[in-house]
Amino acid sequence: MSALGIVGGVLQAALVVAGSPLLVGWMRQIRARLEGRVGAGVVQPWRDLRKLFRKEAIAPAGTSEVFRFTPLVLVGSTLVVAAAIPFVTDASALGPGADLFAVVALLAMGTATLALAGLDTGTAFGGMGASRATTIIALVEPSLLMAIFALSVPVGSTNLASIVHSALRNPAQVLSPASLLAAVALLMVTVAETGRLPVDNPSTHLELTMIHEAMVLEYSGPDLALVELSASMRLSVFLGLLASLFAPWGIATSLDPVPLGVGVVVFAAKVLVLGTAVAVGEVFVAKLRLFRVPELLAGSFLLGLLAVAASFFLSRQP
Amino acid sequence: MTCAPRSRGREIAVLKLWRRIRRIGRIAEPAPEQPVADPAAVAAGLGGSIQIRHVDAGSCNACEIEVAAAFGAVYDAERYGARHVASPRHADALMVTGPVTRNMVVPLRRTYEAVPAPKLVVAVGDCARNCGVFAKAYGVAGAVGDFVPVDVEVAGCPPRPEAIVDAVRKLTGR
Repeated sequence: MSALGIVGGVLQAALVVAGSPLLVGWMRQIRARLEGRVGAGVVQPWRDLRKLFRKEAIAPAGTSEVFRFTPLVLVGSTLVVAAAIPFVTDASALGPGADLFAVVALLAMGTATLALAGLDTGTAFGGMGASRATTIIALVEPSLLMAIFALSVPVGSTNLASIVHSALRNPAQVLSPASLLAAVALLMVTVAETGRLPVDNPSTHLELTMIHEAMVLEYSGPDLALVELSASMRLSVFLGLLASLFAPWGIATSLDPVPLGVGVVVFAAKVLVLGTAVAVGEVFVAKLRLFRVPELLAGSFLLGLLAVAASFFLSRQP
Repeated sequence: MTCAPRSRGREIAVLKLWRRIRRIGRIAEPAPEQPVADPAAVAAGLGGSIQIRHVDAGSCNACEIEVAAAFGAVYDAERYGARHVASPRHADALMVTGPVTRNMVVPLRRTYEAVPAPKLVVAVGDCARNCGVFAKAYGVAGAVGDFVPVDVEVAGCPPRPEAIVDAVRKLTGR
């Protein structure tokens, strides 16, 4: 655990918490403009959160501690992931703990906890959302692991910091066939896991088509604020992971203020560009029928598998 | 082979949509003058953000069409910080349309109870205010104000989208 890693971890956690609602606001603003609307402004998600934190929290009759602790678990696990993945600096705050499997497991734990909370409310929609979210996470996890595993093969380590470090030293690695296949697989995983179109519609009011929203229908006030904050944090964590693995340029490698500042600005810019691309793409696609979603994710798994095969057979040094 | 024409058709559709987006530009009309904020909304401390749960208490659906228009691209009530939500637990305000029919008395009260405090109620349309043309009908139990406290009323049968946007802006204060 180096000083650079700790500084980076603190910076990243603060940046993700403060910036994620702004990212969501920016993406909503882009969609609004393309739809011919004016839009509520980039800071609207922060206004919503501020108001929700002032409101009364209601725990429905019959719910247990699972329902009450889920928002904290969600924010906590996402915060650890945000501090662990090398976004701003190439060293991780958790050192050897920033392992590919640990990070993926932490992200999956958030989804699993939310699914349990959805079941805990005992409502029809909560259970339905939980079952759908579990279906998607079960298909997403293998492709996520495959995609990052393909990147870890040439490096010889599953530590995310080593993967990023190796890509920084050897930029040609990013353009290898294995890396490109993994990038596409990871992009599909990101879209599915953060509940964007075409898998889930983040602005739907129709309970029958909901996935993420259906599980959080019973949350109110500060609890809802934490759930929404963690959902937006997950979005920036996934986009940041994509940026760090496939475009690691600009990440700070020393503790000087200048590279650190550049690292922060570059990380924010990369996530903003990726978010813009996702938001523009969303305008052009309709939501997939739920039974077609496994086909999309199977495609993503296949790309991940091909990436692993390619990294074994093509990039093996003689 | 069957795939090729379909994917080409899709590509053209994307291009057509992109050209249309560029040609039309902004559909939303310029914002009218800001109305005076509602004192109850100011006391609730919403700070420019309001989530609305719509309750149809027995409306003829004319008000629903106007509410949909108010939140559509032309009137764009969302630019003032208002948003429709799928659950009363997420809401700050209920938007009730129609006279309260016998079957909707209990659901309306329960929805009101499910909203976390501080909560507001907007009665949209003449039916919600005073039963309108359905007054004294056998299935009507009363106006919205007879069952839950109403903070803002929107007159009209049905009210124009401008009036609904005006009421929403009184709540968000933007």
